[in-house]
Amino acid sequence: MPTPTKGARLGGSPSHERLMLANLATSLFEHGRITTTEAKAKRLRPLAERLITKSKKGDLHNRREVMKTVRDKDVVHKLFAEIGPFFADRNGGYTRVVKTMPRKGDNAQMAVIELVNEKTATAEAEAARGTKFAKDESAQQSTAGSVGDESVSDETAAGEAAPTTPEVGSESEDENKDQS
Amino acid sequence: MAVPKFKKSRSNTRKRRSQWKATAPTLVKCSNRACREQKPPHIACPSCGQHAGRQVVEPA
Repeated sequence: MPTPTKGARLGGSPSHERLMLANLATSLFEHGRITTTEAKAKRLRPLAERLITKSKKGDLHNRREVMKTVRDKDVVHKLFAEIGPFFADRNGGYTRVVKTMPRKGDNAQMAVIELVNEKTATAEAEAARGTKFAKDESAQQSTAGSVGDESVSDETAAGEAAPTTPEVGSESEDENKDQS
Repeated sequence: MAVPKFKKSRSNTRKRRSQWKATAPTLVKCSNRACREQKPPHIACPSCGQHAGRQVVEPA
């Protein structure tokens, strides 16, 4: 039995749902942030992130795959020229959904879905130092997994005395700073 | 067709309606120290527009 799609069903038919999600994705990439119902935002998030992943690959095949969903060529160009390269150093989590006050007319749960426009803390640190973390370098250098390479890169990291906070932890620290 | 046999007394009507109550919404203080307004939890603050230390919506 196929696994059902996570989240609410939208519209009156599968084709209506596809159209609504495609239009939402187009608007999101066009404007960077859109206000919609929470159910729609939650359905849009995985779709939009898949499209961004395709745009990061950036070849003609992926562009055609994206064109299946986002039919506006200007938006697809923006996605491949600006949005995809911006997220080059972020592995997933390209969008953010924040709940807002319910809508006046029907009290529907509303949310703002936006493209994350900050760089990750690790990416900023790497840009400042001009180097990468030992674990990232070793992962890039040797997918073959030679033990000698890893030990060398570990030594270099120790020499630099680089802060090796994991991505998630450092992001939450940022949030704490902003609150003050 | 089913038809009511007895008149519903005012007492019964009022007893029924006495159970029909509104509940107070759950509210928390905004985590923005400059704001501290009451707001529903897990929602961007409607008065200052911040959520988790980030400006999310335009303040009302």
